[in-house]
Amino acid sequence: MLSRDVADDAELELGLGLSIGGRTKHGSSREYGRILTAQDFPSLVSKAIINSNNVASVSGTKRAAAEPASQEGGGDDSPTSASQIVGWPPIRSYRMNSLSNQAKAPHSMEGKRTVSKKDELNHTPEGNRLYDRKTSGAVKEAQNLGFVKVSVDGIPIGRKVDLNAHTSYETLAHALVNMFFRSMNPIGDGEKELVNRPSKLLDGLSAFVLTYEDKEGDWMLVGDVPWGMFLSSVKRLRIMRTSEAGGLAMRSQEINWNQMERRNPI
Amino acid sequence: MAFPFPDEVLEHVFSFLHSDRDRNAVSLVCKSWYEIDRWSRRRVFVGNCYAVSPRAVLRRFPEVRSIEIKGKPHFADFDLVPEGWGGYFFPWTASMAVSYPWLEEIRLKRMVVTDACLELIAKSFKNFKVLVLSSCEGFSTDGLAAIAANCRNLRELDLRESEVEDSSGHWLSHFPDTYTSLESLNISCLLSEVSFSALERLVGRCPRLRSLRLNRGVPLDRIASLLRRTPQLVELGTGAYSADLTPDVFSSLSGAFSGLKELRSLSGFWDVVPAYLPAVYSVCSGITTLNLSYATIQSTDLIKLVCECHNLQKLWVLDYIEDSGLEAVAASCKELRELRVFPSGPFEAEPNVALTEQGLVSVSEGCPKLESVLYFCRRMSNAALCTIACNRPNFTRFRLCIIEPRKPDYLTLQPLDVGFGAIVKHCKGLRRLSLSGLLTDRVFELIGTHAKKLEMLSIAFAGESDLGLHHVLSGCESLRKLEIRDCPFGDKALIANAEKLETMRSLWMSSCSVSFGACRLLGQRMPRLNVEVIDESGERPETRPESCPVEKLYVYRSVAGPRLDMPDYVWSMENESSVPI
Repeated sequence: MLSRDVADDAELELGLGLSIGGRTKHGSSREYGRILTAQDFPSLVSKAIINSNNVASVSGTKRAAAEPASQEGGGDDSPTSASQIVGWPPIRSYRMNSLSNQAKAPHSMEGKRTVSKKDELNHTPEGNRLYDRKTSGAVKEAQNLGFVKVSVDGIPIGRKVDLNAHTSYETLAHALVNMFFRSMNPIGDGEKELVNRPSKLLDGLSAFVLTYEDKEGDWMLVGDVPWGMFLSSVKRLRIMRTSEAGGLAMRSQEINWNQMERRNPI
Repeated sequence: MAFPFPDEVLEHVFSFLHSDRDRNAVSLVCKSWYEIDRWSRRRVFVGNCYAVSPRAVLRRFPEVRSIEIKGKPHFADFDLVPEGWGGYFFPWTASMAVSYPWLEEIRLKRMVVTDACLELIAKSFKNFKVLVLSSCEGFSTDGLAAIAANCRNLRELDLRESEVEDSSGHWLSHFPDTYTSLESLNISCLLSEVSFSALERLVGRCPRLRSLRLNRGVPLDRIASLLRRTPQLVELGTGAYSADLTPDVFSSLSGAFSGLKELRSLSGFWDVVPAYLPAVYSVCSGITTLNLSYATIQSTDLIKLVCECHNLQKLWVLDYIEDSGLEAVAASCKELRELRVFPSGPFEAEPNVALTEQGLVSVSEGCPKLESVLYFCRRMSNAALCTIACNRPNFTRFRLCIIEPRKPDYLTLQPLDVGFGAIVKHCKGLRRLSLSGLLTDRVFELIGTHAKKLEMLSIAFAGESDLGLHHVLSGCESLRKLEIRDCPFGDKALIANAEKLETMRSLWMSSCSVSFGACRLLGQRMPRLNVEVIDESGERPETRPESCPVEKLYVYRSVAGPRLDMPDYVWSMENESSVPI
């Protein structure tokens, strides 16, 4: 019977007291545990609001704009990361996917958003932007956007990334490098290189390369097709060691040289 | 002394007992009652798949026809449980395939179900009737094809909110032409399109179909033809509720809806074009359940629709409904029992809609039968909570999420202890409570004192010290599930209330102040508790000093001992030297 004796400490004092452990600030030692944060979600707030946010209140409501997610120094205590709380508010990802898919106008091929969320929430009686969208196309595209799983060779735990939060391969690469390669546990060579230049994930010349599985089940190198086309066919992502990517990587290098002039990164 | 009644009579008497609790009580009376119950138990509920081994269940209850099992902890819904944690259904399928050839129903929640499981189900249970996979994952449409092709007596296929890998839209065509027994189909979670013609044919040949929840890909302009084949529908989930606006489509849709005389539940409504909403007005007076939580339409359109539904009992809606809409609901929907208001812009820094605490106050005033609430908002006051509590002492479920953590009463800047205290004081039947906002240990004292019927409590960013946790664990007599994140609760309360944990199903604590030492102590002292630490740092448990805080802790009672399928990052805090049997 476990009675009042707590072997390690004095008897339980039922007054106010500090708890053992000393973790008082939420958000510390968070980096490697991060799966989904507010940062991964589509930006719904203009940059002006972001910049004027005060840091003092600890809040999950502050949003990062959809720009490269890299934080210099990779520290846990930078203001933006402190305000991004995993799993808060407690809403399931399918619900958030659904919301974010409907709020935006359909993507153009370049991936630009043509209607801002603020416009759509105009409360004038006739103001409902969703009224005249080309809906069937939007539905088709919308179905493929949202969270996709990402796995990395050498890291046992997968993550999910919200493709809605990105408008180009660059920002996606940044986000993924932050997510996986800034942690405490090094998984091998080539990481430093990626941390310094995340876009190296895309060129097939560094130790790791980003690949995706498309709707037909084939694994392709990320970056070969226009962003919009990529969005509509990607099912999940995998960061492979270039050594194991084999034919995949070499083919892409060929294509890279050929498409260098033609390719528009944004 | 021989018992005067033959077993068959007792068995018949027991068949009138429907709750597991009653049947469990009956089985404790004497050995012969235990045996009779054991052989006649047809339905088993396993609240935590790791609390008992499949073998033990099958051994005790050999004649089960229906099984319900839950896997991952609730916070897995919010991505707090890493992938690969567990909750695998396969061990259960494999055992049941051998021991329960007459199994008819499987209901799972938050479990990992593979195509291999589905194929085994399809092959092994000749009389299989009901498959409900709620928030499950790990399977694809190939597995569904196997079910469709082989389960001749299937009545219900419900995939609510599961994550399904879409290999092809053609799994529906695997239902043979001779198959006509479908009564309920929920494919709302499927991302890719299903073959519409296969759907139409299926629906057309199943006369008992009463529940049909489509996925987003089913276009609105074709739904009318489906609905005309199913006039007996009781529950309908539309696909995307949008199409190019034409009078033909509208009148066709209207006409189809007006033929659904039995319709009681409506859901779906993705991508809503408001001009099409009046097409459903003809059925509104019969509607008791309305799920508009995907409908991104404005307050005025929402109000028009909802106020047609005078018999509404359950309403799920986005906060676009605003305070004014909830006021209208309070005036029109006097039968309302459950309300859920979801946030449309959860990550906005500023409120994007005019929804405040006032909306909740209005419905608590106007809806006398309201007993279950899930409400996301951006501000709250003690005064409002007190008003709500006084208006509605009949709450059984009260879940309030103030979006910004630790936000105080917006009027007085005080903690919300008094407000939530009022809820637990007045609502004596409260079974489920979720807290938010700025809260001190005081609120937990009030909860421990008053919430005697509370079974599930969710706490986030609250409290000041171990005292808070101690109040809850020592005071809440009916507590079964406790989930806590980001609170300064630590070792003392946990160790002092270790026995309490054996009376509960489970405890989850993440980003709190519990040390490794305390977890090890708990694990060693309480052999019937599984104490699992989740640590994603990649280090080994041996390297962890005693005082180091754990990231995540999951404690649950079990008669099965430590589980054998833990991934690298889940550490069992049993006695290090013990070997699992």
